[in-house]
Amino acid sequence: MSLTRIYGLFLRHFYLITRSFPRILDLVYWPSIQITLWGFISNFFATHTTYYNNAVGVILTCAILYDFLFRTSIGFNMLFLEEIWSRNFTNLFIAPMRIGEILTSLVITALIRSLIGLIPAILLTSPLFGISILDLGIFLFFLFLSLYFFGITLGILVSSGLLRFGPSFENIAWSTMFLLAPFGCIYYPIETLPEIFQKIAYLLPLVYIFEEARNILINQTVNIENVYYAFMWNAFYFSLSIALFYYSFNAAKNKGTLINMGE
Amino acid sequence: MKNLIEVKNIKKNYGKKEAVKGISFNVEEDEILGLLGPNGSGKTTTIGMLLGLLKPTSGQIFINNLKLEENRIEILEMINFISPYIELPKKLTVKQNLYVYSKLYKVKNIKERIEYLSEKLRIGELLNSITGELSSGQKNRVSLAKALVNEPKVLLLDEPTASLDPEVGDFVRTFLEEYKKEKKISILLASHNMNEVTRLCKSVLMMKNGEIVDQGKPEDLITKHGRTNLEEVFLKLSRSKSESN
Repeated sequence: MSLTRIYGLFLRHFYLITRSFPRILDLVYWPSIQITLWGFISNFFATHTTYYNNAVGVILTCAILYDFLFRTSIGFNMLFLEEIWSRNFTNLFIAPMRIGEILTSLVITALIRSLIGLIPAILLTSPLFGISILDLGIFLFFLFLSLYFFGITLGILVSSGLLRFGPSFENIAWSTMFLLAPFGCIYYPIETLPEIFQKIAYLLPLVYIFEEARNILINQTVNIENVYYAFMWNAFYFSLSIALFYYSFNAAKNKGTLINMGE
Repeated sequence: MKNLIEVKNIKKNYGKKEAVKGISFNVEEDEILGLLGPNGSGKTTTIGMLLGLLKPTSGQIFINNLKLEENRIEILEMINFISPYIELPKKLTVKQNLYVYSKLYKVKNIKERIEYLSEKLRIGELLNSITGELSSGQKNRVSLAKALVNEPKVLLLDEPTASLDPEVGDFVRTFLEEYKKEKKISILLASHNMNEVTRLCKSVLMMKNGEIVDQGKPEDLITKHGRTNLEEVFLKLSRSKSESN
């Protein structure tokens, strides 16, 4: 065993981390997010033990909805990352494709990928657990649509980061959803969050989607306002992500990232 | 002869670093222009700007009389690029890759185009092979097929025969000579292989530290610098500043 060689290999990775802001960010926020998310979940179940007594499928339904969001977002990022991993990135960007064409193609492909994963999951819940996500009725469509748009929005935002920072932004791509999960109120009502976190959560479409899913399943009522706000925030963030993608593309052309996609 | 590439005083700065310092050159129809220079001389940056992947800090680029800045899509439809540093998706078959890129370039008669290129580049038996499983020489010919799928008027080649054995390298060079002659296209060739440049190029540009330090026909440069071949000229020009320092 050579300490010099061990130290040499350590340095190889240490230098990489210290030269990359996304890698440092990834190291710092990941444990904090995990603790925060599970802290809120534990806190909620400790103080509201009877909340879900009459709605066995609520947690599972929310898990499926969240998974759809996760798959859509990651699916979009994966499509972008595939081009980097296969060193095909430059070929794609020298093809006569408009940015809108690239994005539209990725958006459609991401939807198909997500549905391939979602449909078997929905079909499994009924025979295995005796519940059906279809209990959400016609509003299920609007909730899925809203989640799809937000997933795509996150995908576009992360892809903008990949354009701007290169492959070192990849770790962020994998963990974006976990960053937002505590604010999304996926498994607990928004009242569980501290007041300052509630204010942040209300700025995201997620809280309206999951609050509405619980509302329909537990109270058997529909609050159309939740659906409306989810779409409003989605429209805002989607527009923002498109603008940021164009900005990042132009920044990459200035910086040279498009011809130099290394680590 | 008509100029298919016109580069007018382009500069590229990365912050305070001047990667390309105001260079100008033209490439005529039916011409191969060699772009030579040591590593870091600005060749890749220049090619990146011609492909629209990099925005020049100043200056103008015209391809087939169209200004690149204002006609990016129209220009990308008529140019293509090959480099050993970029690859096609490895998991797709050769045929799938060529089909995908034919679609991206809106090629008409895709089947006929792939058949034509397969025959010319001897990749017919590779069409159903997985691209990632090909040898370097086979991958090179497939990449060349992709670069020609849109029948480009302008072809940018960055080290097109790097890492190829002499037989495959010679095949690629012969193919390029014949294809250029047949289609009257313009080729900008960046290479460190001086024999290749001497054989293929009508004229060459010598770059160093982001500037064009000399240019002309290979034989004229050899005479001008009192050397016996282009490699010696390259070495003389590459070392000139460090010697004076």
